[in-house]
Amino acid sequence: MNVTFSDEEIAFREEVKDFFRTRFPQDVIDKQRLGVPLQRDDMIRSQKSLHEQGWAGVNWPVEFGGTGWTPVQKYIFATEMAEANAPAIVPFGLSMVGPVIYSFGNDEQKQRFLPDILASDTWWCQGYSEPGSGSDLASLKTRADRDGEHYIVNGTKTWTTLGQHADWIFCLVRTSSDVARRQEGISFLLVDMRTKGVTVKPIITIEGDHEVNEVHFEDVRVPLENLVGEEGKGWTYGKVLLQHERTNIAGVARSKYRLKKLRAQAGEAIRGAEPLALDRNFMRKIAAVGVDIKALEYTELRTLAAVASGKAPGPESSILKLKGTDVQQALDALYVEAAGYYALPYVPDQYTLDAPGENHVGHGAETTTSLKYFNNRKASIYGGSNEIQKNIIAKHVLGL
Amino acid sequence: MNFSLNEEQMMLQDSVEKFIDNDYDFETRQKIAASDSGFSADVWRTFAELGWTAVPFAEDDGGFDGGAIEIMVIMQLFGRGLVVEPYLANIVLAGGILGRAANAEQKEKWLHPIIAGELQATLAFVEPQSRYDIANIATVAAVDGEAWRLNGNKGFVLNGGNAGLIIVPARSGGGQTDRDGITLFAVPADSKGITCNAYATVDGLRAAEITFEDVRVDAGAVLGEVGGGFAVLDAVIDEATLAVCAEAVGIMQVLRVKTLEYSKSRVQFGVPIGSFQVLQHRMVDMLTDCEQSVSLLLWATMVSASGSAEAKRAISAIKYQVGTAGRKVGQDAVQIHGAMGVSWELDIAHYFKRLTTIGQMFGNADWHLDKLATG
Repeated sequence: MNVTFSDEEIAFREEVKDFFRTRFPQDVIDKQRLGVPLQRDDMIRSQKSLHEQGWAGVNWPVEFGGTGWTPVQKYIFATEMAEANAPAIVPFGLSMVGPVIYSFGNDEQKQRFLPDILASDTWWCQGYSEPGSGSDLASLKTRADRDGEHYIVNGTKTWTTLGQHADWIFCLVRTSSDVARRQEGISFLLVDMRTKGVTVKPIITIEGDHEVNEVHFEDVRVPLENLVGEEGKGWTYGKVLLQHERTNIAGVARSKYRLKKLRAQAGEAIRGAEPLALDRNFMRKIAAVGVDIKALEYTELRTLAAVASGKAPGPESSILKLKGTDVQQALDALYVEAAGYYALPYVPDQYTLDAPGENHVGHGAETTTSLKYFNNRKASIYGGSNEIQKNIIAKHVLGL
Repeated sequence: MNFSLNEEQMMLQDSVEKFIDNDYDFETRQKIAASDSGFSADVWRTFAELGWTAVPFAEDDGGFDGGAIEIMVIMQLFGRGLVVEPYLANIVLAGGILGRAANAEQKEKWLHPIIAGELQATLAFVEPQSRYDIANIATVAAVDGEAWRLNGNKGFVLNGGNAGLIIVPARSGGGQTDRDGITLFAVPADSKGITCNAYATVDGLRAAEITFEDVRVDAGAVLGEVGGGFAVLDAVIDEATLAVCAEAVGIMQVLRVKTLEYSKSRVQFGVPIGSFQVLQHRMVDMLTDCEQSVSLLLWATMVSASGSAEAKRAISAIKYQVGTAGRKVGQDAVQIHGAMGVSWELDIAHYFKRLTTIGQMFGNADWHLDKLATG
């Protein structure tokens, strides 16, 4: 039992550090630091730099162009990516639909879609939730009816994150109502967003940004060849995808980085104020979140170690999303607390790559703390709300 | 990065597990806890025969060269078995001091009999006014010719009524809370001037209030350097803290599993109570708390075993965790068992009491959170 890295792992860590220092777009990292919102192009350039390095498919098997990294390498990569304050990979293509296609798609689909996903040449979005189907996802009503060589899709998908940028959408659609379990009538369908009848309507979220959308389908003709796997098995494929989503959204490395930053910030005398490090109450809250994050880090490492030794991850893996979002949101709230009054000005447009103007309000990006806090309440809602996660754990892990 | 035990550690685990599962059921434990001494001499002999009393000591001293990982293995299972035998007081605390500070003659005289299971011992690290500050020592050691004279009070001395040997940290210099000026003495319990008021603790173990009134010990009783005892004391208390955390995690795991089983068998309103969502979510919280605690325990144990500078913070983190999460898991286990949970007859109540006791020892959750916040 030990917590040391091997020489190869240490060398790998240096390689990753060096990559983020030299080959990753530095202006994107600057934007992250300065609180400047990222544009579509920023995210694509970031991911393309990873692709050029061969590091876009972190979890993908080597045969499809993935890294083939060991669990420890993945952990090191995630840690260094967070330490560099590089933006997280947009998950919809690389972490979600990609794995579904290489796991369940046919050869033609693999050849057609995977290289573009890996190179970030196509932008994907997710069509799961509907206005009437949130936690009860299996009640979804978007229909795909067969008509010769096509499905005719009708319905509405919602909360479609970054759908305004997307070229393609992967959807769960109802292909049959004549089934014993309603899950059995659901299929996994890939839809070109440029197809006639697809419209995207923005939804503005709590912090005032355009991050999510409603996507309408009106008599959209989708070729049968865009069905992944078998008709009626979409629910099963979708669940696999959610499994991927669940570990990804624990975000332990990023929480660790944010905690470190917050500790450092607490030591500073901002605007001439007494450093928060002298406020015992605040420091106790930081310490308590720190314990949670350290525990989570080791929970993740235990999961990785189990996978590395060829075992199925134990029950500890199921708590990663729950606890991961818990600590993210606790950190969000602490950042707001740290900013005091200066969490409150609503001045999102003041952040640019230029030096702060005369009228810049607040120290650095501190007015964005409340926006992040409000926005990230989503973390315990998406990917199956934390209450749904608990239902799933109760059923599948505890056998209740 | 490796979370597996090595072969010897697995053998140790097997051997403790077999004993707990085969020879130490709850009824046996309760009988022992209700006996005069609060522990079984037979069981203690078995521990010695199986070599468990030798685990953390150097090979030269007749030990097995074990460390934090081996102690974790033992204590986690002792938690599962709710073991009352004074392993902590004898081996981790008293033995820990002797292994670090005693000279060859002193080891021969005291450590070897402890390892052999023939001598009961303890470390008197609490004083009535000290709360969790182990440097807060009012017991005075005054030079008396070639010897020393001890005066003062020690509180909550684990295993105090059974111990033939008491290791006494006393102030030979400095102010009451100074780290310098603390000297460790090995004091035979039958020394003249010692009064021992022994009692049972809420978890079924034993402790004592011990008064030292002009107790004379010779120079051979001094363990380590005169005035330099703090570092040894501090290191041993850290080890003991980690040891009870392992025990607490073992207890939390039992409570979680037993509560889950109970919820599947207990029928109310015509259905198992485990079918109620409000209880399901509570039991998921118990799972989360247990797994997070296991993770921190592994971290703290590994950094302690490697002698890392991070060890102290890690121990504070796991102690805070078992103090907070342990309390929650214990309370939830009792709550979901309903009135049975507060019955003396059921093991759940006794696991809960031991967990509560551990929460109060070696610094409670608040105290350790403060260390993390200000350190």
